[in-house]
Order: sequence, then C-alpha cells, then structure tokens
Amino acid sequence: MTDTLDTSSVIGRPLRRKEDAKLLHGRTNWTDNIQLPGTLHMAIVRSPMAHAKVTKVDVSEALKQPNVVAAYNAAELGDLNSVVPCVWPVTDDTVMPPFPALTGDKVRHVGDCVAVVLATDAASAEDALAYVDVEYEPLPAVVNMIDAISPGSELVHGDATNNTCYVYDLGGGYEDELAKHSDVVRVKRRFVNQRLIPAFMEPRAVVAAPMGMSDEITVWTSTQIPHVLRVLLQLVTGIPEQNLRIIAPDVGGGFGGKLQCYREEILVTQLARKLGRPVKWNETRSEDMVATHHGRDQIQDIELAATKDGKFIGLKVDLLANMGGYLQIITPGIPLLGMFMYPAIYKMDAYQFQCTGVFTNSTPTDAYRGAGRPEATFAIERIVDEMAAELGMEPMELRTKNWIEHHEFPFTTVAGLTYDTGNYEAATAKAMDMFGYHELRAEQKARRESGDPVQLGIGISTFTEMCGLAPSRTLGALKYAAGGWEHCTIRLLPSGKVELVTGTSPHGQGHETAWSQIASEILGIPVDDIDVIHSDTGRSPYGMDTYGSRSLAVGGQAIKKAADRVIENARPIAAHQLECSANDLEFANGAFSVKGDPEKTVTLGALAWAAFAAHNLPDGVEPMISGEATVDPEDFSYPHGTHLAAMEVDTETGKVKLRKYVCVDDVGNQVNPMIVEGQVHGGLAQGIGQALYEGAEYDSDGNLLTASLADYLIPSAADLPSFETGSTVTPSTTHSLGTKGVGEAGAIASTPAIINGIVDALRPMGVTDVLMPASPQNVWRAIQAAKGASA
Amino acid sequence: MIPAKFDYVRPSTVDEAVAALVAAGEDAKVLGGGQSLMPVLRLRMGEPSVVVDTTRIDEMKGITDAGDAIVIGAGTTHDAVTKSDLVRQHAALLAAATDTVADRQIRHRGTVGGAMAHADPAGDQPPVALAMGASFTIAGPSGRRTVPASEFFVDYFTTAVGPDEVLVSVSVPKHTGWGAHYEKFNRTAQAWAIVGVAATVRMDGGSIAEAEVGLTNMGPGPVKATAVEQALVGASTMAAITAAASHAAEGTSPNSDIHAESDYREHLARVLTARAVAKAAGIS
Ligand SMILES: Cc1cc2nc3c(=O)[nH]c(=O)nc-3n(C[C@H](O)[C@H](O)[C@H](O)COP(=O)(O)OP(=O)(O)OC[C@H]3O[C@@H](n4cnc5c(N)ncnc54)[C@H](O)[C@@H]3O)c2cc1C
Repeated sequence: MTDTLDTSSVIGRPLRRKEDAKLLHGRTNWTDNIQLPGTLHMAIVRSPMAHAKVTKVDVSEALKQPNVVAAYNAAELGDLNSVVPCVWPVTDDTVMPPFPALTGDKVRHVGDCVAVVLATDAASAEDALAYVDVEYEPLPAVVNMIDAISPGSELVHGDATNNTCYVYDLGGGYEDELAKHSDVVRVKRRFVNQRLIPAFMEPRAVVAAPMGMSDEITVWTSTQIPHVLRVLLQLVTGIPEQNLRIIAPDVGGGFGGKLQCYREEILVTQLARKLGRPVKWNETRSEDMVATHHGRDQIQDIELAATKDGKFIGLKVDLLANMGGYLQIITPGIPLLGMFMYPAIYKMDAYQFQCTGVFTNSTPTDAYRGAGRPEATFAIERIVDEMAAELGMEPMELRTKNWIEHHEFPFTTVAGLTYDTGNYEAATAKAMDMFGYHELRAEQKARRESGDPVQLGIGISTFTEMCGLAPSRTLGALKYAAGGWEHCTIRLLPSGKVELVTGTSPHGQGHETAWSQIASEILGIPVDDIDVIHSDTGRSPYGMDTYGSRSLAVGGQAIKKAADRVIENARPIAAHQLECSANDLEFANGAFSVKGDPEKTVTLGALAWAAFAAHNLPDGVEPMISGEATVDPEDFSYPHGTHLAAMEVDTETGKVKLRKYVCVDDVGNQVNPMIVEGQVHGGLAQGIGQALYEGAEYDSDGNLLTASLADYLIPSAADLPSFETGSTVTPSTTHSLGTKGVGEAGAIASTPAIINGIVDALRPMGVTDVLMPASPQNVWRAIQAAKGASA
Repeated sequence: MIPAKFDYVRPSTVDEAVAALVAAGEDAKVLGGGQSLMPVLRLRMGEPSVVVDTTRIDEMKGITDAGDAIVIGAGTTHDAVTKSDLVRQHAALLAAATDTVADRQIRHRGTVGGAMAHADPAGDQPPVALAMGASFTIAGPSGRRTVPASEFFVDYFTTAVGPDEVLVSVSVPKHTGWGAHYEKFNRTAQAWAIVGVAATVRMDGGSIAEAEVGLTNMGPGPVKATAVEQALVGASTMAAITAAASHAAEGTSPNSDIHAESDYREHLARVLTARAVAKAAGIS
C-alpha cells in the first residue's frame, strides 16, 4: 500500500518556491544565455533625436566593417519590415498610424529604429553602428500633451490633422445629477500621473532560429506573452502560425513592459528567416530606457461632488493620456482599464468620464503594473482626501460614510461593474489596529502644536481594483481584439507523476509552486511530483499568458477544472478495478475508495499505470488519463484593501521619510500566503517608487533626461521600511477557487497612500497637493508655494 | 555594454605608467578602480586608444603617517580609507564622507585617487580635500610636483592632472581631535549627493575655535565655504551656527538638473551646513 498524503491543506500553505533553488544556484536559462552555432548578432541604429525627417540612411560603410554580415535600412528590408501591431483601437475612429519595425520617413522619439547591422559577434555589430550614415532634418519636438493638442502644434504623424489619437466619451450626466441637490460641495483637482519606466531587472533579449530542415522558426524571447506573441507575429510577418514556436525561457521581470510585440522581436524573427541563421539581440540598459515601452503619463482632471454632510453625489473625470510616438499592443486601451475604477469602493449616483489619447514625440506608453487602475486609484483616493479637507471631516470617516458596506454585495457600481464580494470595514479595522492609527493621529497633533520642523502625516488608501483579465465578452465589447480565457491540461504519467500544462507564463510570480499546490490539493499527488509546463507554445499550445493579475484568478480556475476532469476520467477505471459502480466511489487524498468499504481503494498513481498499460480497461474507455479545461472567467476579480502610511516630512528640506507602512489586503483565498506577501511587497516598492522616486522626464527637445538608473531612481531595500502586511479573506464568489488577483494590488494601492500622507502632514501649512515623484524639491516647492499664497 | 576597442597596459611602477601615457599621446586614460571610467567606456562617452591600469602599482596603495599629515596612495580603495585608524583619527571628515560614497561593492573597487582625479562635482571627497587643505602629488614626464587642493580642482571633471600625468597620492594635514560630520543629501540610499556639506571643527571649551567647511555639488567643483568658516569662530549655540550657515550659498554657482534647481540647492546648502556643523561640534 502506498501511503497517501494528507492533502487537506496544501492550498494555503506558505510553501517555499520550487523554482527558486534553480534561480539562486544560477542554473538559469535567460534568453541571453542561449548560444546557437552560427548566430548573427543584431545591433540597432537608434535615433538620437525626438523628431526629425530622415533624409538618408546609408549602410554601405557599415557593411565593410569586420565581421559584419548584413545591414539594412527600412527600404532595404522591404516586405520584411513588418508593422508593429496594435490590437486595441478603443473607438471606431481611433487614429492608428503605421508603425513599421524600422522607420523610413521620420523618427518620432529618441530611440526610434532606423537601421540594423548584423555581425558574427555582438561587439562587431555594435562597432559597426557608427558607420551607418544617417542624415536627420530636425523638426520641432512635440513633448508636452497640452501643447500637442493645441491648434497649430507640430504633428507627430504628418498625415494626420492633429495629435489626437482618440477621444473616448463615456458620457455620464454629472451636472444633471448635481442639479438635483441644493447643497453641493465640489472639489476639483488636476493630478499629474507621471511617466514611468518598467525597469525590469533582465533587459529584453530575443533569439530566433530557423530549425534545420523543418519549416519551424523558434523564437526565444524575454516576454510575458509567448502565446499572444505567436498570434501577433504570424499576423504581421506572415509566417504560418503552425511554424512559429515561441519560448519564454527564464524571464527576469516584466511588470507589463514585456507584454508586447516589440519591433526588435519582429526584426530578429524576420532576419533569421531571411538569412537562414539564428539571429540574436540583447538590449543594453540604455536602450531599454528609451525603447521599452513606458507606463502611466496622464493628466487627470477630476471633480468630486458631495452633499455638505459628506455623501458623494457624483464624479467627473477628464483625462489626457500620452500615447507616445506610436501605438504599441494596447497603448490606447490602458486608460480605459482605469475608466471603470474611478468610482472605486464608493457609492454615488453619477459618473462621467472622458479620455483623450495624445501623440507626442516620446517613447510609446503601454501597460505598466496596474495599467490604468493605479491612475484611477490615485486620483480617487487623492480627491477623497481633498473632499475630506474641504468638508472638515476626518478622511477615514468620509470613506466609511461612502463606501459599499459588506452586506451590500454583490454591488453594481455607478461605473457598471458588479463587485461580487468585499469587506472594507474588516480590512480597514484590522489595518488601523496594526497601524496604531489613533496613536499616530495623537502624535501628529502634538507635532503640529509644538511646531516640529518634522511633521507627521497619515496617508490612507482604501482601494479596490478590477483584475483577472478578463471575461472575453467584455473585452470584445471594449473593442479589444482577443479574449481573456485560460487553459490547463493535466496529464497523468504512467509513473503516477503529473504534467500540468498551463497557458500562463510566469516571470517571477512562482506559478510552478502555486499551480502544483492547487493540483496537489485536488489530485492528492505530492507537490514535488507535479511538473508545471509553461511558456513554450510547442509544449503548451493554448494560453493567454500572464498580466493583469490574471494567472491565478483565471488560470487557477482552469487548473481546478482540469484536475476535476482528471478525477472524473479516472473514475470509470477505478470502478472497473474495484468492481463497483462509479457512483459508489469517493475520491480523497489521491485515491478512490468504495463508499462504506474504505478497505477497497485504488490510488490515482495505480490507475495511471493501468491506463497506460491499458490491459484491462472498461469497454469504451481510452488509454491514458488526462483532463483539459479552458475557462473563460465569469467576471473580473475585485481584490481590495486598506493601506496606511506614516510619512515624516522635513519641512526645512522637503525630504520625506516613510516611517511605517501597513496594509491589509483581501485577495480572497490564498493558495500560498508567502507568494501573496511577496507580490504585495514588490507591488508596494513599485507604487512607493512612483510616489517618491520614479519619473521619466524629457527636456523640451524630447531628450530623455532620466536615461540611466543613476537618474531614473528606483528604490532599493535600503530606502523602504519593513512592510507590515496583513490580510482578510473574503472569498470571491465568481471564481471557482475563491481567489482574487494579487499581482498589482500593492502597486495600485500604495501611491495615493504615500501622497495623501505627505499632503496630510503639510495641510496645516496650506499645502493641498504635491507633484510626483514627491522629491525633496517638489515637496519643498509645494511648501514654498503655500507660504507664498498665504503671505 | 560594449566599449570601443582600446589597448591595455598594466605597469608596475609610476614611472612606467607615465612612460605609457607619454607613448600613447593625448587620448590615453588612467584606470584606477574603474567605477567611473568603465561606465564612460561602455556608454562610449569616451573612446581612449590606450588604458593604463594603475592597480598593480604598489607605491600608489596604502596610507602612511607623515608627521603632520597622512598620505593616502591614489590607488587606495574607499573601503580601506573608511577602515583606516590613521584616517579616522586624524582626518575623521574624510572617513565620514567616504563612508557615504555609493555602496559597499563600489567602495571596495573605487579609489580615492580616482575620485579626486575624476572630480565629479557631486563627488563626496573633493570638498573634504579642499576644506581640509589637502595637497596632491602628481607624477609626469618632467618629474613630480605637489599641488594644493585650491589649485587641483579646476572645473567640471577637470583637475590639474595633465593627460600624460598620474596622481600618485593625496596628503591630508592632520586634524587630530577635530569633530567632523558629512551631511549628504540625496534621494535614494545609494545616489549621488544633490548637495553635501563637509564640516570639521576644532572646539575650545564649548565653542568653535576653528572650522573648515566644504560643499558638494554647489558649483563646477568643490567649494570652500570661507564666509561660513569665518563666521563660525566663537559660535557656541545653535542660533550662532544657523546665523553663520546663512552664508553657505555665498560665492557658489550650483547647477540646475532633474534632481534640483539652483535656488533649491542654495537653500539646502544653508540648511545642511547648519546641521553638519552642529553635528561636528556636538551642539544642538
Ligand atoms: C553606481 C555608482 C555610484 C556612485 N556613487 C558615488 C557617490 O555617491 N559619491 C561619490 O563620491 N562617488 C560615487 N561614485 C564614484 C566612485 O566613487 C568612483 O570610485 C570614483 O569616482 C572613481 O574612482 P575609481 O578609482 O573607480 O576611478 P576610475 O573609474 O578608474 O577613474 C576615474 C577617472 O579618474 C582617472 N584616474 C583614476 N586614477 C587616476 C590616477 N591615479 N591618476 C590620474 N587619473 C586617474 C581616470 O582616468 C578617470 O578619468 C559612484 C560610482 C558608481 C558606479
């Protein structure tokens, strides 16, 4: 008899991550580690100018350089110069300018690609770049969004009539609703949600190789989306889909920055095809800063209206969203992922939203951790604090007065989403308790009274978000080209071990461990006996990959369903062996047993062998046991939480210190609490990074001033306190495992908590906003401006 | 990632190094710890034809007691400086400033001579050298010369060291028993200074008898805050220190960049000078 494992609680255990030993021992397979014989190395001539006509690109001298094998400009690449796809035109009239992999006519941002050089080693390719003769005729750069949409502005795309990409108008009747009230208090602000750079640890890299005598081209790329990329690459290159195999090897972070079909991926693939040899490209950090898509960059005009006693009436939002110089995969759609989230956890009667997408001479923007929801959460949580100040109310009290109460779920918000569950009261009570909210308020009061040069502020963010992208029908209604389902196949091997094939594509999130836990829980097979196969379209043909906190929320449901099917497919074989009816069997701890006769039992492992040998299967049952499922989620997932930050502000220098950070997140059931905590920690670091440190800045000529990690500051462990995280568990009712997404929660929630804390510290001095990042200078200027205003 | 091609030589004496520089002509570069030079090379902001590696020259390493001064070989690492009893005892300000340079890994590679010769306006050690009246020994084709700090730092990334010369050592007059504090103001733990203030004071009774104050990133090179130094003499209270520190921005010409504009830097110089001096003097 085999011992059966007690699997009653594999889900919920903080198991160490299986994948880490390999990573920690350097047994890694980054794309740049892939060395194929005969590889050509590609280097790219990038524009040093933000906006210029390209009058000449001559590669002939470069071709004469040592070890150079080929070099091309846009024209010479001809039909192979495929366009970079954008799959989300948000309106019928969204302007979708052509975006060829190499630009021929003019450059539209610093880092734009004008030519490629291929050599037998990377250094020779890099050396030869200097010999490509490019002539630019400079044009005025369109940098600032407000200038860009002003009449008479220089045009980023010459054949357009203005720099507007689209105007999305949700409508909403805000004023009509306000007209019904006599005692309306309006608070209006303009927030600048600055431009960010994903800055993942592993820069992008691609290798493409024609595979010997077959027609297959294999592309290894540091991507979050091997499956989606395969569809897009076949679409733009014309390579038949069945001949394209995309592999995402170990991937060192993405944060949305590798949710893309990049021009470099297209170029490497096309050149491998043309030259019949492997082609490789690995970016430098300097290239990454200008050529990997950026995130955020919105100007947010927001107005909140409430009655004098603090009941919200309505919300009006008008955005300018910077697209950059071109549209990448879902550039236009990012602000719309935020559209639904502005009303957040609050009840109100009217919501009006409009967004204008604007082209500028800057690196294209696209998804960055949270994609649209951090922007929305920032604006609403900031304006709620401003409303509290306007009404003279305690900011937490104002929230309490307006949020959806736990007994009101499911609740359909004014933005049209139906939140399945939530308990804001519980998460908030726990967070306030962990934080020592009242003690800190008392300390704040004392510091104010004593005129301490270091003031204390308490920053609140009671957030929710929509993730688990996404119900396919909803995506269709939003004009997004693809669906949002996820796939899983579970195969029992003859030995009783398991191959779990997932369509999600981890790049640091710990899927191998968490997915094993889910399957282990259901199948009763030890975690270590489960191999999770992912990120390779040759081994895992169906999937929608990893982004939008979808992998567990959507992919997890596919795992559950596939595992349940494995049991159902094994059941007739078990019944046959135990000589009973299938209905008389119960399955627990990895074995079937006959109800009422627990001695009669057979393990799944034994059945796996029986199904493999196939000597004695019941009639009509096919050999081998597996289960497959493709799940389209019923709804988005709505995690929520309460985040509290204690901010100390040195009023003499403007320097702020994050003294304490407490958050209580409700992500529903937790498969692996340690991984959940890790996701929260990383998200917090990025959200706090936006609040305090990060910000891509251009000068008026469109040069990126923050083009290295010496100037684009990302926080390290030394800059952050030890986070105090907690959780409440309100299981999702629309997701079969009761889980919700957690990948973006920390990044979404923390930014407004920090800024609210700084403003709270300085409000007695007359400060009502601070520009992000809240650098010492920005904070100091806010103090000076307030002093000036009151003088 | 990939620098342009260059030749590489690794002499074992100062004379050999000078000879290699002379032979290479104008575009040779001395390599110290490489923490500033390597980024320049790999970003192709500089493309020297020859790199002369001085890391194997014994004479350029180590810290020695020279009576009324301590002499630090140009090739001595930041890490060695922070751990040296001689430095801590007689030039506490240099130890304090060096301790804030970059991170541990960089301090293990980067050298004091490299930092001085690189003369980054945001470098933490040049203002210490200037404030404390250090002098620099430079070797060239016509022999050795000694240059005072006031003449050593010429402009942005420019010093008295010529293209065919090597900085051999830095001599710092002993400041035994002086209080010292380096107040570095930056945005992340390992970032360069937006503004830094290096202050060292000799106390007599409860008041300041002598003060030396250097400023980081308040101009194209390090700045000696002479007006502050003079005004500090006799100060024994925080109010007196603050009053003296109000002169800190005088004669400075700070840059404006993405981290700070010049008026803000001037403001910081005043606030941070008061803080640095107060800590050095033990007055609050
Ligand atoms: C990420 C990072 C952060 C940093 N942060 C700080 C900081 O916060 N504060 C700070 O002060 N510094 C900082 N530095 C710089 C660091 O201190 C360097 O070590 C120092 O600037 C140069 O020393 P080095 O020995 O590495 O010189 P190298 O890089 O080898 O050389 C620098 C320059 O000096 C010349 N040179 C070197 N030695 C000699 C010599 N003996 N004679 C003549 N010329 C010579 C070289 O030719 C070159 O031009 C940082 C560096 C990095 C990479």
